Amino acid sequence: MNVDELKSLKVDKVVDARGTACPGPLLDAKRAMGSIPMAGVMEVISSDIGTTQDIPLWASKVGHQYLGMVTEPGLWRLYIKRGK
Amino acid sequence: MSGATAATSEANLHKNLGLSSDRPEPSEAAPSGLSMVVFSGDLDKVLAAMIIANGAAAMDLPVNIFFTFWGLNVLRRGGPVRVEGKKTMTEGMFGRMMPRGPDHLQLSKMKMGGLGTRMIKKEMGKKHVMSLPNLMKSAQEQGVRFIACTMSMDLMGIHKEELIPGIEYANVGTFIDAADRSRMTMFI
Repeated sequence: MNVDELKSLKVDKVVDARGTACPGPLLDAKRAMGSIPMAGVMEVISSDIGTTQDIPLWASKVGHQYLGMVTEPGLWRLYIKRGK
Repeated sequence: MSGATAATSEANLHKNLGLSSDRPEPSEAAPSGLSMVVFSGDLDKVLAAMIIANGAAAMDLPVNIFFTFWGLNVLRRGGPVRVEGKKTMTEGMFGRMMPRGPDHLQLSKMKMGGLGTRMIKKEMGKKHVMSLPNLMKSAQEQGVRFIACTMSMDLMGIHKEELIPGIEYANVGTFIDAADRSRMTMFI
């Protein structure tokens, strides 16, 4: 998905993981994913560059679909579709 | 070489190759997950172990942690605990001198008489790194198995009532069984 498509997604839940450090964003994402409907979309906001690697790997490992990422100054918005 | 001999040896060859079909199907599922020995009672090393455990659990992998020797102290309750039966003088000394639980562990380096540990905890708070007690809680919530080595307990005179709830008690056989079913093993 390109940036415009990602920005126009209907997001079911926003997880603001800014300021939390490893493994905080992963745990926040896991917790939040349980609260959205199947095929729903979660947005994870992180200020930690490591998260941009970890979240896509986590998503594919546990069976969710990583849609893409939007980069903004000092933060990243990652989009994941619930797959299970 | 006659034609008949060639045919016979070819038949034998086929017969030998055919043996692979007799091999029993593996009865157990493919190994997955992580089994760790936490031998160290140093704050920094146990932090690393708990971060790895939480990450693996978040990725839906089964995680087993076996706490032995100095690592046993990670599972101790915060304060002095009244135990059933009497401890020997040595056991009592071990109990008093070793750290009581995750809040009392020290760094392995830059100790500076406890100052280093205080400084790193302050930095962790500032930078929103989860504390060791919270990482342990989060691991247990995610189903990570904590196993206390009963040989170490016996050796150091640590009783069950001195350890946190929700843990298992076992020995090396249990660790090997768990490790054999895991794809990753670590010794920390």
